[in-house]
Amino acid sequence: MKFRTFAAFVGPSVLMMVFFIALPLVSVFLESFKVTQPVMQQVEVETCTPGFLTQTCTTELKTIPVIGADGKVETTTQWQGLQSYRSVLQMDKVWAAIGSSEIGSILQIDFWKALRFTLMYTLLTLPLVIGVGLIIALTVNNATRALRGPIIFVSLLPFIITPVIGSLAIYWLFVGDGILTAMMERWSGTNISMFAQAWTVELLMYFYRVWHVAPFAFVIFYAGLQTVNMDTLESAVIDGASRWQRLRHVIVPHLMPLIVFIALIHLMDCYRVFEEIVGFRSQAHVISLQWLTFDFLVPDDAGNRAISRASASAMLTMVGIVFLLIWPLRRTWRDHRGGAH
Amino acid sequence: MSDTAKALRQPFALRFASGAFLVFWCVLAAFPIFWITVMSFKSPRDAFAASPWDVITGPATRAAGNGLSILDIVVGLVVLFFALRWAFTRLPDLVARYSPPGMIVLGWLLGAAVYALVFVLLFFGLLPLILGALNGVLGPLGQPVLGLTTQHYEAVWGENEFYRNFLNSMLVTAGVVTISLTVGTLAGYGLARSGSDLAFWLLILALVFRALPHSVLVAGYLPWFINSAEILRPIFGEISPTLYGQPWAVIAVLVAINQPFTIWMLRSFFQNIPAELDEAARVDGCSHFQAFRRVIMPVMWPGVITTGLFSFLLGYNDFLVTALLLDAQNQTMVPAIAGYFNRETTTTDQVEAVAAAVSITAPLFLLVMVFQRQIVSGLTAGAVKG
Repeated sequence: MKFRTFAAFVGPSVLMMVFFIALPLVSVFLESFKVTQPVMQQVEVETCTPGFLTQTCTTELKTIPVIGADGKVETTTQWQGLQSYRSVLQMDKVWAAIGSSEIGSILQIDFWKALRFTLMYTLLTLPLVIGVGLIIALTVNNATRALRGPIIFVSLLPFIITPVIGSLAIYWLFVGDGILTAMMERWSGTNISMFAQAWTVELLMYFYRVWHVAPFAFVIFYAGLQTVNMDTLESAVIDGASRWQRLRHVIVPHLMPLIVFIALIHLMDCYRVFEEIVGFRSQAHVISLQWLTFDFLVPDDAGNRAISRASASAMLTMVGIVFLLIWPLRRTWRDHRGGAH
Repeated sequence: MSDTAKALRQPFALRFASGAFLVFWCVLAAFPIFWITVMSFKSPRDAFAASPWDVITGPATRAAGNGLSILDIVVGLVVLFFALRWAFTRLPDLVARYSPPGMIVLGWLLGAAVYALVFVLLFFGLLPLILGALNGVLGPLGQPVLGLTTQHYEAVWGENEFYRNFLNSMLVTAGVVTISLTVGTLAGYGLARSGSDLAFWLLILALVFRALPHSVLVAGYLPWFINSAEILRPIFGEISPTLYGQPWAVIAVLVAINQPFTIWMLRSFFQNIPAELDEAARVDGCSHFQAFRRVIMPVMWPGVITTGLFSFLLGYNDFLVTALLLDAQNQTMVPAIAGYFNRETTTTDQVEAVAAAVSITAPLFLLVMVFQRQIVSGLTAGAVKG
């Protein structure tokens, strides 16, 4: 295929990606070093209240934004270097915490709190998702053929459901007087509230994520199981391999490329954990990196969006995903290079 | 050989454990969705009752005069059964017969819409009228036994004008699916047939883009979108739009976010179509575009439908982008449900939120029902080709 034809085919797609992915990235990078603030001025205001005999008048200095000719608040944009990063990272507090050896208090700072949760969430759910997905795939493969269709249908539901709605569905089961909380209270005889402390909320989030993603792993493993080489399996049986050894040494190595694939997708998707925070309304206890940026971008009570801090936190989020993905990406790169030649 | 078969046969305990786990998983997978569906049809007191039996039977709902008698349930199930059977046996024939050649997708869309409309009219309009009259005559059989009310759905779709959000969702989703497929098919085909280094690097770059958290991108759009009218004024003059709050701007954003995934997936589909097919067309004197249109397009639909399903899910399920880039007037369904959190003060509000959530889930449920095979094959195709 000539370059011009190739460019004509790929052009629109590349253009969209440049305009809406690459350029915004550059913009975020630049914005994170800038700050846009309303221009403020100090004016002397005299306020008078009617009093006995004479009015009581006070003059005070007020800081108000300058209104431009078009009736809007005038703003200035300044380069401010790493100031936004500093206010997101709050390194001074971090060093102080390390100095006084109270490591726990680092986790009081929003960014570090979010980082801790996001990383733990991504890395802890990864083996769970792969394990549960593999078990479901093995058991479905074991089931009667006629039942497999309906089982796959039911299994797909958690995967396909809108993430916010999925987490809300679980939230409603456990909320104050929800059915499962009531059940647990009856068993334990104590008063339980699942959303009053961080660790129970986090536990439910782990459950939600595994519930939501395991079907995806299951479907892929299930497809992989259909292509296991029966000859290898039979020779393993003849060599006297037990069921567990066959799984360990024949089936899992066969599925290895799929496991890497799922790990890659899971790292990408789980690192941007966000909808759970909205669904479980956990922002008081548990937040994630993406939620942090979202929170900066939502206008506050005065209608201002903290764009520069959002950009700084977005850049830091991006650094994290790059680190997480180096290993699986290199592997994919090698595989494709190997396949191409 | 028989030794192998014997060795592969599993002991009873293992088979039992495997079956038990499977039942457990199916219950686990379906329960939250099933339960919110049940809750959404009950009065608030029943929906949040402590005993599960009360939630299912709904005594308070029944006491308020909303309930189904045994007759209602039997007739309802029979009608439902025949409606479903008709949809799977007769509807495909009708669609195939009446849709113009080559427009089968359009025919299906129209057929499904008409079917859904007739079903809703019949099931929720005509049936209650007939059954109401019958229940009065029948006496004990006509007494309500199962509490059930649609008042929350009426409140959500009627008073709260949820249909506006529904229409916005449909607009955004339809836009995302059509544009991302049009752009993506061309790119996927080009990438599959090129094999050059540039194509390889584009794919790796797309994979990196796939990994970007969406909030990073939205942080990049927001300042530009809010001020776009002033930025674009020198070029477009007075008609320059404010992109913030425009559904079509959101469509463009979601299409771009979806592109990396779309081109990877479509590329692997096109690689499965033998290259001899378009080479033959080229030998006969077609250009690349003609070959694509005349030879590839007729055989590419399975892959395109599968990829389209995933684009649909991305557009339909999105919360972050639509919540930040659209304002309250043209909000889509998923962020709109967040509005219920702020109002969620009484239990009635809570159940209304549940009803809204179920309303959002229902189309997805139908989607899995109709397209289960395509979804599975799409997931696997992505995995096998990496």
